Amino acid sequence: MTTYHELDPVEAKISARDVSVFYGEKQALDSVSIDIATQYVTAFIGPSGCGKSTFLRTLNRMNDTIASARFEGEIKLDGEDIYRSGMDVVQLRARVGMVFQKPNPFPKSIYENVAYGPRIHGLAAGRSELDAIVERSLKRAGLWEEVKDRLSDSGTALSGGQQQRLCIARAIAVDPEVILMDEPCSALDPIATAKIEELISELKGNYAIVIVTHSMQQAARVSQRTAFFHLGKMVEYGKTSDIFTTPREERTKDYITGRYG
Amino acid sequence: MNSPAQASPRDATPAMSALGPDHADRRLRRRYAAERRFRALGLAAILFSGAMLCFLLFDMAANGINGFKRAELTVEMDFTTGVLQVDPAQLEGPESEGLLEGAGLKDMVSLAAVRTAGEIAGAELADTAWREVGRKIAADPGMLNRKVALSVPVSDDLAAAVRGDGDPVLRKEAARLAAEGKLHRAWDWGFLARGDATSPQEVGIWGALKGSILTMLVTLALAFPIGVLSAVYLEEYAPRNRWTDMIEVSINNLAAVPSIIFGLLGLAVFLWLFPNWRSAPLIGGMTLALMTMPVIVISGRNAIKAVPPSIRDAALGIGASRIQVVFHHVLPLALPGILTGTIIGMARALGETAPLLMIGMRAFVASPPDGLTSPSSVLPVQIFLWSDEIDRGFVERTSAAIIVLLLFLLAMNSLAIYLRNRFENRW
Repeated sequence: MTTYHELDPVEAKISARDVSVFYGEKQALDSVSIDIATQYVTAFIGPSGCGKSTFLRTLNRMNDTIASARFEGEIKLDGEDIYRSGMDVVQLRARVGMVFQKPNPFPKSIYENVAYGPRIHGLAAGRSELDAIVERSLKRAGLWEEVKDRLSDSGTALSGGQQQRLCIARAIAVDPEVILMDEPCSALDPIATAKIEELISELKGNYAIVIVTHSMQQAARVSQRTAFFHLGKMVEYGKTSDIFTTPREERTKDYITGRYG
Repeated sequence: MNSPAQASPRDATPAMSALGPDHADRRLRRRYAAERRFRALGLAAILFSGAMLCFLLFDMAANGINGFKRAELTVEMDFTTGVLQVDPAQLEGPESEGLLEGAGLKDMVSLAAVRTAGEIAGAELADTAWREVGRKIAADPGMLNRKVALSVPVSDDLAAAVRGDGDPVLRKEAARLAAEGKLHRAWDWGFLARGDATSPQEVGIWGALKGSILTMLVTLALAFPIGVLSAVYLEEYAPRNRWTDMIEVSINNLAAVPSIIFGLLGLAVFLWLFPNWRSAPLIGGMTLALMTMPVIVISGRNAIKAVPPSIRDAALGIGASRIQVVFHHVLPLALPGILTGTIIGMARALGETAPLLMIGMRAFVASPPDGLTSPSSVLPVQIFLWSDEIDRGFVERTSAAIIVLLLFLLAMNSLAIYLRNRFENRW
């Protein structure tokens, strides 16, 4: 029932098959199947409540924290089923990082925000190594120049856009393979949004990036693959250019031309 | 809030046109007046409570200051006569008191008092007067070669006479001696170091204060970790179902149970388990911990609930385990709130009398407790007991004990507030 456009054959980092999610009795996601590759930024678009965020959260098992959530189907990360029993969720989340809708830095110093992940995963042997990780992560997130002189200031004292870049730095500090972004710019002004989008383009290729967005312009700007979700189903998936120029489904066309959503 | 704001422009627009700008003006003035009235009422309430507090503190201080004093007689002692035959080298040991008694110090002090103050007043020395002289000699053996003037406590009757109470003969004597400068009220620092006694001249608060400190330590050591762990488990781990609902209701009810019921529980359970520890701070602390725990659990749960879920998501999202989320992020953020609840619970426990009466902490205990299991009193019970005494000398002592209790409470709360601010300022 999903319409798939023709795509170049690339190795899938994440492959999801027939993923359904239920919140209690309510079905939030209905047999979604998709392959996500490291080479591309993949965007999930769709109207509110269409299940795109739910699907994103199944990819690092963040839905486990919701008591009523129930999962069906199969998701493989590098061929390894992440929902098999005995899967270490903590290790999974270190490999699949997440950036949230609202910037949520810890109410600690900028340094501590970035150093927290490497510290709990034991990635740095000593203080100097940790310093190096913090610097590298902040540089990659494009925040280093702005905060290098005040690393001990509180992370919450930064502006909204800086906070979101700090959250991205925090996510990449643990050296993940996948970064999930749940509407990372919805709480930011256009300038901060532009910076984040630029950052996403720079990070592309090093990490498999999946971004959920309400803004179709943003999806068109930053992504190479787009999946359109509607009412818990993935309606159409293909190259971003194809989805936006030659959608094959009526619902996709209606949504991207602004008839609803 | 919402409806008047919506209603006023709708009302005002036709009114303006029909009744002119005067009407709008009047409405505005009325609103400002209401605002001013409300502010004045609030200020009046604050001033009233402030005045009440000042009155309480002033009254307490005025009465209580005298509670830290006692009537003392200045006695001329002449040791140069060589009546007191003791070897100064032997005064170091614990037997020094017996030694001095054997050498006749008690009679010597009595004689000296009679010489100084006359037959009637001289007989009115406190029973412990000679012991205090003995301690002074032990502290300064060189005294044995000199004539010295020493202040010694007088009996309860003479102390009452100094205040203007009691036997008229003694009152006259007291007035005469006071005029001669031999009888006076002096700061009694021993009040802070002694235990309970039958005579108001000889009582001290240290026994009860130490008992209170030990009891509070036990309460804190039990109630804080158990309360916080319960709160964390209920908020972060427990599934939402009928059982947890029932536990929640029970905890809320427990916080409202009259304290004497906890005392009965302590009597029935703790004293049944440990019958030898009647009146002990350990049992008192355990009983009060039962009472304090629900308060800590409730405030702890509220504080944990107030930690934004986005912080938990953030930590989980970079691969923190549940326990790391709790101990690295949730608890540090919730700690100020938990500490506030703990202060409230502990302050209530410190002032609690009823449950402690049930487990035998109302006994007369003359010596300060040596440890958690020796019999002891606590400050509020001590105040209750002294306020019940017939001797008028206890009135001032009771006020002094209240001051000590309030200061202890103040110290405890200041410490907690200091800790709270420290944790709040960590980032």
